[in-house]
Amino acid sequence: MKRQLPLMLVFVFGFAMIIQYFIPHQASEWVNAFFMDWMMIIGVFALALGIWSLTKVSWDKVKYKKSNWQYAIVTLAGLFLMIFFGFDYFRHFSTPVGSNNYMYVKFYQHIVIPIQSTMFSLLAFFIASAAYRAFRARSLLATLLLIAALVIMLRFNPLLGPLQPIMEDFSVWLLNVPNLAAKRAIVIGVGLGMVATALKVILGIERAYLGKD
Amino acid sequence: MNIFDRMMSLDRRWVFLSLAIVCVVTYLWDFSVPITISNEVKSIYDRFDSLQEGDMIYMSVDYDPNALAELHPTTYALAEMCFRKKVKIIFGTLSNLGQGMVDQVIRDIADSVSHDATYNGVFYKGREIVNGVDYVFLGYKPYPAMVIQAMGLDFRVPFPTDFYGTILDSIPIMKGTKNFDQCKMVIDMAAGNVAEMWITYGHGNYGVPLALAVTGVMGADMYPYLGSGQIFGLAAGLLGSAQIEKLCNNPGRAMDGMRIQLFAHILIIFFIVMGNVGFLATRNRNKMR
Repeated sequence: MKRQLPLMLVFVFGFAMIIQYFIPHQASEWVNAFFMDWMMIIGVFALALGIWSLTKVSWDKVKYKKSNWQYAIVTLAGLFLMIFFGFDYFRHFSTPVGSNNYMYVKFYQHIVIPIQSTMFSLLAFFIASAAYRAFRARSLLATLLLIAALVIMLRFNPLLGPLQPIMEDFSVWLLNVPNLAAKRAIVIGVGLGMVATALKVILGIERAYLGKD
Repeated sequence: MNIFDRMMSLDRRWVFLSLAIVCVVTYLWDFSVPITISNEVKSIYDRFDSLQEGDMIYMSVDYDPNALAELHPTTYALAEMCFRKKVKIIFGTLSNLGQGMVDQVIRDIADSVSHDATYNGVFYKGREIVNGVDYVFLGYKPYPAMVIQAMGLDFRVPFPTDFYGTILDSIPIMKGTKNFDQCKMVIDMAAGNVAEMWITYGHGNYGVPLALAVTGVMGADMYPYLGSGQIFGLAAGLLGSAQIEKLCNNPGRAMDGMRIQLFAHILIIFFIVMGNVGFLATRNRNKMR
């Protein structure tokens, strides 16, 4: 029963949602909206699990003085301080009024934004270094990739003078013909794969999500 | 080690240093770069330009601070254009740190719109932007695919209240606004797979006219949807934002950042060419031996 009940639920609700999609009726829409609510409610539990997991991993790191345990203190402090300020010093639980809390806004604007922007900006340096080492004309395909990359980078470069419109036209062709064809093939392939996987789950052929027990 | 070997095995710290110098110098050196307008960006602007006073659009700010350099300028330029033209905006976010982004946009644009300004030869008198009248901010809910589908049925399903806790039915611009049917278009500023969810569930299920502003690396992935008509416009990366700013006649950070990006690209091309010259020369030398 431990395995049969989930399989049954997946089968019933999976097919119910497929059938619902093809019935353009108010009752069908109501069913859809009802399950949307349920999905979001269930999904929120993942958040609680995430907070618990992060807290436990970080706490264990500090407790057993594992490598770089000092950073775990910063993680825990950041997590609980943001929750504390986010709930406006635990005065507001039911409204998002805490998002206007002075400290919450300051933490967001002066810590979260600079940290995330900086981390992402550093990518430019690694991409430059990776491009220098990886873009080598070792074979025909590698040469084509190299040429495509150069054309895309140079497509709107005003320093090219009269060559710029040619480069622009070439880049448009690259994006609209070879890129489009390859991407469409991938999208259709992935789509068919998703349908096949979904059917396998609904029909109980794929059971990995149930775990080993 | 001869010169060609050196050309293909330069220490990456030199690459980092050169790029840092180029970025700092071009940042400090004030000059403008000509911006060429592409058709896919022009179509976004044209659609916004055709909006009339009282029209409503949905603006989805689906990015975190890590993508703000590329996407914030587009959000700023288009939101200001709408507010100047008295077009109403429903803001939403499907990115967990996107709430702060929307909040920042609303505060800054409200300040900007309070002053008189002239864009593309049209004079706009400064006015106050009122929450609930000129815009509504729905806030954030997790699980984007579900939220998009639920909003397609009724905004009240995923968002019974707005971000500030006000019940949607009591907000003036939400009276008579049920779902995307009342919106002239949806524009999604995205830095992740949310863009594809908007195409699948927003356009696919409900047929919303959809435009995308995405990060540079996502640009090429979105072209198939442009060709198939699933999106009517596409602005990719800093270049896309700069084009939007130019079309809106509202120069900002994107147009400013283009000169840095331009010279950074030239430097990267220089390194790629240098590495390949070294590589080909070494290969020829080895073949001759």
